[in-house]
Amino acid sequence: MTSTVTPVAVPEKAARRAFLRRGPVSPIRRAGWFVRGALLIICFLWLVPSLGLLVTSFRKPEAALTSGWWTVITDPFRDWTFSNYSQIWQQGAGNAFLNSLAVSLPATIIPILFAAFAAYAFTFMEFPGRDILFVVIVGLLVVPLQVALVPLLKIYSSVGLQGQFASVWLAHTGFGMPLAIFILRGYMATLPRGVIESAKIDGASHFQTFWRLIVPMSVPALASFAIFQFLWTWNDLLVALIFLGPGEKQVLSVMVAGLVGAQQQGWQLLTAGAFVSMVVPLLVFISLQRYFIRGLTAGSVKG
Amino acid sequence: MIKFINTLLTVAGGVSVALALFWLLNLFSERLPGPWEGRLKPFLYLLPAVAVIGVFLIYPALRTIQYSFADATSSKYVGFKNYTALLKQHDFQITLVNTLLWIAIAPALVVALGLGVAVLADRLGARGEKTAKSIIFLPMAISGVAAAAIWRFMYEVRPEGETQIGLQNAVWTALGGKPVAWLQVDTVKLNTFLLMIILIWGQVGFSMVLLSAAIKSVPEDTLEAARIDGASERQTFFRVVVPQIWGTVVTVFITVVITVMKIFDIVYVMTGGNFNTNVIAVRFINELITNGNAGRAAAIVVMLMIAVVPIMIYQVRHFRAEEAMR
Repeated sequence: MTSTVTPVAVPEKAARRAFLRRGPVSPIRRAGWFVRGALLIICFLWLVPSLGLLVTSFRKPEAALTSGWWTVITDPFRDWTFSNYSQIWQQGAGNAFLNSLAVSLPATIIPILFAAFAAYAFTFMEFPGRDILFVVIVGLLVVPLQVALVPLLKIYSSVGLQGQFASVWLAHTGFGMPLAIFILRGYMATLPRGVIESAKIDGASHFQTFWRLIVPMSVPALASFAIFQFLWTWNDLLVALIFLGPGEKQVLSVMVAGLVGAQQQGWQLLTAGAFVSMVVPLLVFISLQRYFIRGLTAGSVKG
Repeated sequence: MIKFINTLLTVAGGVSVALALFWLLNLFSERLPGPWEGRLKPFLYLLPAVAVIGVFLIYPALRTIQYSFADATSSKYVGFKNYTALLKQHDFQITLVNTLLWIAIAPALVVALGLGVAVLADRLGARGEKTAKSIIFLPMAISGVAAAAIWRFMYEVRPEGETQIGLQNAVWTALGGKPVAWLQVDTVKLNTFLLMIILIWGQVGFSMVLLSAAIKSVPEDTLEAARIDGASERQTFFRVVVPQIWGTVVTVFITVVITVMKIFDIVYVMTGGNFNTNVIAVRFINELITNGNAGRAAAIVVMLMIAVVPIMIYQVRHFRAEEAMR
């Protein structure tokens, strides 16, 4: 199109610097007050709701009920407490926390394993029906998981899986599988074929090639899907509510949803419980954001 | 402590069963005679993945269609009765309208805001851009349930005369209004819009990240050419940048549409579908769990499935076109 205007391909960074020096025609006009102000307001609006929850979870219940949480700005040395957290702990938050782990970890690792093998077959093996099978998987990407819930509930009840962790693992494995295969195959297709060919010539079996070459080389894609799936399974309410429900095996999201009803007595349980449920995803998210974003962009920017 | 060890054992057990499965499959394929090893191996590698998709997605989907034509306990066929009964209900009609409103409004706003923030943040220095984006992206990690807890507190109402502890009512009363139970106000669907704000708050980060990456991959020389030709900043954006990132805009839009079609946790926790805010996925749970009516629950899902079909066709076509370009 217009690319004929610049005959020589200038490296992007150098081009940017050059533009900056030249001033007015720069593509990145320095941010004016309007831009800074607008972003500041948006960021403020985006943070305030979570801040309210966090602050309230550390305030004494009576104080939280009689004054707005923002009053701590002008009067910061009163009414702080950890008792909300010890109270929520006694009500079984620790148990629910472990249940959440028992659900999300296998529900993340098992689909990755299944999908990695399948993606390997789709990328590096020849077999009849390969392309059609993959197109079916692409079509399944957008199917809402609700379609499976009614029959699964009946099947689980009849084989005694209902209320077991394994029921949720298997459901999440099935629901997450199309996306997992899609992401991993997309990444594996970009790996250099020569390496795999030479491994084959050296007599490596597919099983060895997979574990020794493909898995280590695919770590970025594996990591980004793992983060997706972990956040999704940890934060999920629907599947956990239907198959595990409230009770001994309830996960954090089900517990917090249940606490909404208890909120008439005060906000301490709901705010503390919600924050307990947010800690792990936030830590995972903040520390691994790079991989997460890479996965997001690899999946769709090409479009 | 015992509980903790139990959890570890559960996790380890689940994962090692899965690992053992592949080890056995491989062992089996290597024992196969001659050419059969090569012929069958791809299918053995695919087997677990395809099996779970079949058992946990495709088979249940077909059964759901079957159940949707049967009664509450799936013991006798009733024809289209579930569908007609649902569609005649005033309640369900409101539910459909609400879901359509969500689809019509939320995704467009998510894309527009995400694009706006991406463009604005692009003009900050590297550090400012990173900070601003991280703050807006953060709600992505927060579950629908926790987000609902956060926003219930924002919308909280206290009786008139008491101190308002919800931020929205505090601002509202400070401006001279009377305290409002926001989530119960269904005039002009206000409460449904207030629920949408929660989703938008959560999803703008996603849209911003994708659109920002797309904007940054727009070749500099096309921008330069437009400027040399005398295009204004706005013209450059709408005529040069937007066409080049259009594919990403569509992708983000579709992703959010799908999220919104099956929106569940926010509505379930905030209002439970009361005050005329119900949506299909919450109604589905009401039918399945509260009313114990598997037939109607299945019929609701089938309607959802039909709504998804056009998106599915688009997705497959899009994928085919992209593969052809490789």
